Amino acid sequence: MSQAGELILIIIGAVFVNNFVLSRFLGICPFVGVSKKVESAIGMGMAVTFVMLLASTASWLIYEFILLPLSLTYLRTIVFILVIASLVQFVEMVIQKASPSLYKSLGVYLPLITTNCAVLGLAILNIDEGYNLIQTVFHSIGAALGFTLAMVLMAGIRERLDRADVPESLKGAPIAFIVAGLLAIAFMGFAGLL
Amino acid sequence: MSLNELTKGIFKENPVLRLMLGLCPTLAVTSSLENGIGMGLATTFVLLCSNIMVSLVGGIVPKKVRIPVYIVIIATFVTVVDLSMAAYLPPLHKSLGLFIPLIVVNCIILGRAEAFASKNNIGNSILDALGMGIGFTLALSMLGSIREILGNGTILGISLLGSAYKPFLLFVLQPGAFLTLGLLMAIMNRLEKKS
Repeated sequence: MSQAGELILIIIGAVFVNNFVLSRFLGICPFVGVSKKVESAIGMGMAVTFVMLLASTASWLIYEFILLPLSLTYLRTIVFILVIASLVQFVEMVIQKASPSLYKSLGVYLPLITTNCAVLGLAILNIDEGYNLIQTVFHSIGAALGFTLAMVLMAGIRERLDRADVPESLKGAPIAFIVAGLLAIAFMGFAGLL
Repeated sequence: MSLNELTKGIFKENPVLRLMLGLCPTLAVTSSLENGIGMGLATTFVLLCSNIMVSLVGGIVPKKVRIPVYIVIIATFVTVVDLSMAAYLPPLHKSLGLFIPLIVVNCIILGRAEAFASKNNIGNSILDALGMGIGFTLALSMLGSIREILGNGTILGISLLGSAYKPFLLFVLQPGAFLTLGLLMAIMNRLEKKS
């Protein structure tokens, strides 16, 4: 298959078939915590997209050009989490200087992203799958799009759930998980796509 | 030192069912009881070691760099678990897969380091880690058994419901994780309201 076709398949696979939230269970905390309003879901999605793309590219480069030649691959987990943590800190400072308005809208979500397992999970997955640099970039875009899609869908449903008559014990998180379960069933329909 | 530090993590502040921490591994690895227990014990080990270390260095580390320091401590013990599991329990290591390195970003561990171990002595920190670890393992085992029994008709690989039972496959697949956890949380809410 042509290379462009392969890259498109990687994106479609990461958005629909192996959706990071609904199929791989990565990034559940923000998925449940920040999905009460569509607006904040989009904000979180944008912040995660940004960090995911930078972090997975940076960690791929470090793995390939530093850890692998020095045969330090067992340090992978420690190095990757440090890369992500410092990158998030750095991005936060840059955005604060460059665009205060963007900082205001993304600001609260940025520190949360360090402990978002989707970011570290993506960095490790790219290595485990043996992707090259271009494939890593496309896989990251797909993963971030999939995360944002799941967040926005969930937020849209939860905004309506506020007005629904939910039994007392199911209010809040429990009904959110049941909705997520139904969403996951819907996403299973994409399984035969690839 | 009080027993309360040990028991609070099991029911009152159960990390998964009450505080909603560490949900990703909870949902991802509980397709069977065996995986749930394996994940629970691995996390408990990391939690215990990191709580001990953090309570020892708590007074020395400058406030501004404490989070990176805690993360490096946690990541070190996660690497220990990752490598030893790959050496001694390869099948379990394979089925938990990606979620072993991801113990690093399990919010329970960093949360306990920051909120408890850095401010308390080593004895209390050990009890706290054990309590939280047991609570986490229990929640994972509960989810794992429900999903394995309904979705496969077995428990720890042993047939429980006999060959006449037609497995409800949905429960071992991804949606089953969300549905089971949602219903378990609802039951916890209900029990709390009654008491």
